[in-house]
Amino acid sequence: MSPPLEWYLIFSALLFSIGVVGVLVRRHVLIIFMSVELMLNACNVALVAFGRHLDSLTGQNFVVFVITVAAAEAAVGLGIILALARHKDTVDVSEMDILKQ
Amino acid sequence: MDILSALFLLFAAVALGAAVMVLVARNPVHSVLFMLLTFVNVAAMFVLLGAEFLAVIQVLVYSGAILVLFLFVVMLLQRSERPLPTVAQPLQLPVALFVGAALAVEITLVVLLAAVDQGRKGRDTVQAIQQAGGNVEALGQQLYTTWLLPFEIASVLLLVATVGALFLAKEEL
Repeated sequence: MSPPLEWYLIFSALLFSIGVVGVLVRRHVLIIFMSVELMLNACNVALVAFGRHLDSLTGQNFVVFVITVAAAEAAVGLGIILALARHKDTVDVSEMDILKQ
Repeated sequence: MDILSALFLLFAAVALGAAVMVLVARNPVHSVLFMLLTFVNVAAMFVLLGAEFLAVIQVLVYSGAILVLFLFVVMLLQRSERPLPTVAQPLQLPVALFVGAALAVEITLVVLLAAVDQGRKGRDTVQAIQQAGGNVEALGQQLYTTWLLPFEIASVLLLVATVGALFLAKEEL
């Protein structure tokens, strides 16, 4: 007997909320980026749990694509962060305001 | 309590604790390592859910590739010995905690009160997956038939991302 669907969904909700708090509270650009990855993972858990509950592999197929896009996003995002850090010499998001000027 | 539920609670507790530590840790290297702990526990949760292929992919791609990329960037950024930024505005922390708690409570209430466990059942039952030869075979059959076009688009996306990352990492941008 495996744990019920609700447990997985609540775990997913908590993980997602932690990611949201991380994006809002931290100013280090890398930690914010990692919080976004946490939120993606929370969504993955919910997708797989629903797929398991509904006897469908569609959720798992979705997760394959989510992981693909997350990898692409991480590569490009970290490239942007490196370029920004070289340009401004800071990792503080509140100092990255070139577009405002 | 049966063994699977106990294992789930263990994995969930460790994953959530490590996720909190990602945010609390002062040193970004520690954050990345706590993130690794979270990802490995989520992979274990995928095994509990019968998604063995995704568990392997989670460890290989997330823990293996993405987090190593993060570690590299953390070490590249830390050459300037500047104090790491903390919370900016005085109201930022309480507001963020309130928003996060509200979100968690809302989703939990929806999960507990609404009929989320109802829906049209699919055809990929445990027996059907075993008949197809296991999780990897069943997933591969769907991925290369039903989801063939998204699959090819995803591969093109990866190519574009590779070129984009190479361009962004050039010295003279």
